[in-house]
Parts: sequence; structure tokens; C-alpha cells
Amino acid sequence: MARAVTPRRKLVNTGLAWAVGLLIFFPILWTILTSFKTEGQAIASPPIFLGFDWTLENYSVVMERSDYGRFLMNSIIIAGGSTILGLIVAVPAAWSMAFVPSQRTKDILLWMLSTKMLPAVGVLYPIYLLFIQLGLLDSRAGLVVVMMLINLPIIVWMLYTYFREIPGEILEAARMDGATLKEEVLYILTPMAIPGIASTMLLNFILAWNEAFWTLNLTAVDAAPLTAFIASYSSPEGLFFAKLSAASTMAIAPILILGWFSQKQLVRGLTFGAVK
Amino acid sequence: MGRITLEQVTKSFGETQVIPPLDLTIEDGEFAVFVGPSGCGKSTLLRLIAGLEDVTSGEIRIDGNAATSLAPAKRGLAMVFQSYALYPHMSVRKNIAFPLRMAKLDQAEIDRRVNGAADVLNLTDYLDRRPGQLSGGQRQRVAIGRAIVREPAAFLFDEPLSNLDAALRVGMRLEISELHERLKTTMIYVTHDQVEAMTMADKIVVLRAGHIEQVGSPLDLYRAPRNLFVAGFIGSPKMNFIIGAEAAKHDAHTIGVRPEHIEVSDSEGMWSGVVGVSEHLGSDTFFHIHDTGLADTLTVRAGGEVGFKHGDRIHLTPRADVIHRFDANGLRLA
Repeated sequence: MARAVTPRRKLVNTGLAWAVGLLIFFPILWTILTSFKTEGQAIASPPIFLGFDWTLENYSVVMERSDYGRFLMNSIIIAGGSTILGLIVAVPAAWSMAFVPSQRTKDILLWMLSTKMLPAVGVLYPIYLLFIQLGLLDSRAGLVVVMMLINLPIIVWMLYTYFREIPGEILEAARMDGATLKEEVLYILTPMAIPGIASTMLLNFILAWNEAFWTLNLTAVDAAPLTAFIASYSSPEGLFFAKLSAASTMAIAPILILGWFSQKQLVRGLTFGAVK
Repeated sequence: MGRITLEQVTKSFGETQVIPPLDLTIEDGEFAVFVGPSGCGKSTLLRLIAGLEDVTSGEIRIDGNAATSLAPAKRGLAMVFQSYALYPHMSVRKNIAFPLRMAKLDQAEIDRRVNGAADVLNLTDYLDRRPGQLSGGQRQRVAIGRAIVREPAAFLFDEPLSNLDAALRVGMRLEISELHERLKTTMIYVTHDQVEAMTMADKIVVLRAGHIEQVGSPLDLYRAPRNLFVAGFIGSPKMNFIIGAEAAKHDAHTIGVRPEHIEVSDSEGMWSGVVGVSEHLGSDTFFHIHDTGLADTLTVRAGGEVGFKHGDRIHLTPRADVIHRFDANGLRLA
């Protein structure tokens, strides 16, 4: 028997869902609201929710003081570059794990995932030294590589899960039909896995965009992305909440908009292959 | 041309040998059916011929040419899979054209062959649909179309009908047989269904645990099964086996009598027993007889009008000329 859902119960559930949603969204909403306040109103006690004098002053000051465009460009290059590089490495890896698995494939996958359980700071020192030796400190290329390596386990896992959903017989049929390995991947596997690849790219792009630990530690000026842009407003000479909020809003706006338009893909991507 | 020869072919997965050394020849134009219970190695054997699996040792020849180490596409064979294995993101037309596109044929030739195949298989109206919009039978036809256009030396079918419902299966069985009549191309067909094997094959290859138990025409196998396994596998319902004193009367360890070779009577006969379950098919009735003192159950085929009831005691007489005799090792006695 189907579980009965009374209108009352539906109402309560909807209310609860909205409450949880708002709770999660509140810090972002507060940041956005604060960015339109004056510094005085931003630290007013009790806090002012909506009844303040809306101003764009913070934005103009932030734009004046720092080169937003450069930070934005760095973020795009680092997030985009690491995503593309990651796919180039991960597609063949996931293909071989999904379609020609060995006895150790599961172990390799778990081992890859286990690297995500390591605290990042544990490898900061060796990587920092490597970067000095290789002259990669504060370079976009260096950050693209680090960002790709950090997210690689997730990309491989996601693609592996998607590829596993593609029946092996279809690829065998392509082989019988005379497709070379390249044609098989190009004409059969990739078109069939496009939704999966898109979700993977999207998630990876967002993760790389939001990543702050490595970007803050390995960049200074030239390669600094939007995370560094935000951090530069939490200055030691006093907290300027309104300007910090304006900077934060500007940093998260592009990814927030991207996320909004690709919600469906993202949900599909985050649930992996669990729900078909 | 499509004469396929296997010489001392073996296949192992790790330590497990699934195909012990095996020799087999399939003549050009022949319809050969590999039949056996699940896990008997029949699909593996087909995949070895297709080149989707590598042989562990031995030689495969196609028309006398060594094919053992050729890539699947270079063997000139086309395969139809159990799951159809259509490309879901392509239209029917593109699915059928795919092997021709891979072979870099010119567009006019591709169109000519695709339209020809669609015509033969009644797919002309569906050429622009995606596989997801087709019924099971239509999908199977697309899979066959994709195989036909290549004009292969032989067709390989891997249980192509097992995903279809019963009525459709009979229809497709006829279509494939008709296709074979028309094309006269070698076909190798894998199935676990002995009815498909009996109705379609020129030559049946019965497999068990990777071994060939018997090769022959359907009627050869029906009339003279080489051992107990083949005797029990070919024919429906299954042959009755009787051991002990009754078998000894025929100088055998085991005797086998097919259900259709036993006469039933309410008054007299050689054996007697009590009617258990009756299966009425209209044209025929299958009685499952207990308490005969010969075997747990004997199955008997009688006419559709024969109306014995559960619990009736009836008499049975086997036809003396079609009693099969087997020795203690299960091998047929001459």
C-alpha cells in the first residue's frame, strides 16, 4: 500500500523543508544584504534586517581599490583549466576501470578516494617546497595542476560510476562494427555519457572555484583568484564588514548564477549513479 | 563464403578452464545452433569466434584463413546481441549505417544498403526513430539490420530472442529462418532453448561444461542421442529414464523412453501408474504418472481428448522400436 500523505502532513513537510533551506541560505542572504549597508549599519546592534539605507558605495570602493577583473579571470582559468585537465586524465582512467577492470580496480578506486581523507595541511609543506623548486609559486599553471590533482579522485569516481551504467555489449557491438578505440570513445561512449560528463565538469568547476586553502597558500598577486580577493578584505587594520560582504558577493555571484541554471545537472551529479 | 573451423581451441579465465580443447567445423551456408544449459560455455565459444574474447590456445580459421589474432571487425562477421546493443543516441538509420560509416563507404552506397535492409526487415517507416521509441521486436530487427548491411561471411546470434515475449519469439524465429533461406549465409546461433535449436538448425552442437556432447542434425539428435545428457536435453517434454530391473530386461543400465512414445490405456499395458498432474494443451495432454515402480515420475504425451483424472490408475506401453539404451557411463548402446 502506498504511504498516505495527508494535506496537513504535506504542509508541515513543506514548511520544514523551507525552514531548513532558509537556514542554509541565511548566511549568504545576510552577506548580500550587508553589502548594501553602510559600515555603521553593518555592525549596528541590534542588527538591521531590511530597514536600512540601501547603498552601492561598498561596491564602488571595492572596484576602485582592487582589480576585480584580474581575480575573476584567475578564478576562471584555475577552475576551468583544472576541470579540463582533470577530464583529460580521468576519462581514460575511468574507461579502463569501468570496461577492463582488473582484480585491483576496486582497491585503486578506494585508495584514490582515501587521499581525500588526508588533511590538506599535511601535504602543504612538501608541495610548497616543490613549488619553490619548480618556480611555480603564485603561478596559474601550478594552481591548475594542484587543483586538478585534488579533485581527480572525485572526477574519476563520478565518471567511473556513469560509465558503469553503459552496457558493455554496446561497446562490443561498436567493436564488431569496426570502430577503433578512438571511434568507440568518440562516437559511442562520450555521447552516451554526456549528461554524466557535464555533471562532473560542473561539480569540479564549482569545487575548484570555491577552494580556498591552496589558493590562499600558493598565490600572492599574479595568480590570486577570487578567494584571495575576499581574504584581502578581512584586513588586520579593522574589520570592514560591508566592504568584505560586497567583495564576497562579487566573488560568489558568478558561481551562484552558474549553479542556479544547472541545478538539475548538479543534483543528478551529486547523487552519482545511485538513483537511476 | 563463411566456413568456420576451430582447431584445438581452449579458453581459460585465470585458473579456470571454461573451454577444454575443442574441434568444430561449421560449413559455408550452414545454420549452426550452439545449445546447452546456462554456464555451458556456448556464449564464450561464440565470443571466441567473434573475437570479443581471445583464445587461450588453438586456431580459428574463417574460410581457411587464420583469424585467431584478428580484431573482431576484421573477421568479416556480424553479431546480434541478446540485449540488441543498439546505440541509444542514434536514429535507426544511423544505427544501421554505423558499420558502413566505420568502413568508410561513400554516402550513396550507405543509403542504398540501409534502405535495402530496412525494406527487407519492414523498418522503412521507423528509420528516423530512436531505439527507445521502438518495441522489442522492432529493436531486434534493427540489430539484425545492422548485421545484414555489412554483408558478412557469417552471422553470430547470442540468444537474440530471450528478451522477447513468447508470441513474438515464435514470429522472430520464423523471420530469422526465412532470412537464412534468402541469404544462404552461415549463421551461428546460441540459445538455451532446445525448441529454437530443433526448429531452426541445420546442425546442432550440444555443449556441456565447455565440452561438445554431440553434433548433428536435429533429427539425428532426437533419434539417436549419444548419451544421457543429450537424450535428456533434446526433446520436450524431457525423455523418461528408467533404471534397475526394467532396464536390465533390455540389457542396459538405463533405458530412455520419450513421452510421445508411450501408449496409454485404461485397461491393459506393460506398466501401470497413477495420474498426478495433467497439463492440457488442447492439441496434446501431458500426464505425469506416479507409483509406476520404475521412476519417481513418468511423463506421457497423449491426445488432447484423452481425459484421465487425477488419481486414476492407468496402463502404459512403450513403443519397443524407440527405446533408447544406455550403459552405466551414460553412453548409448548400439
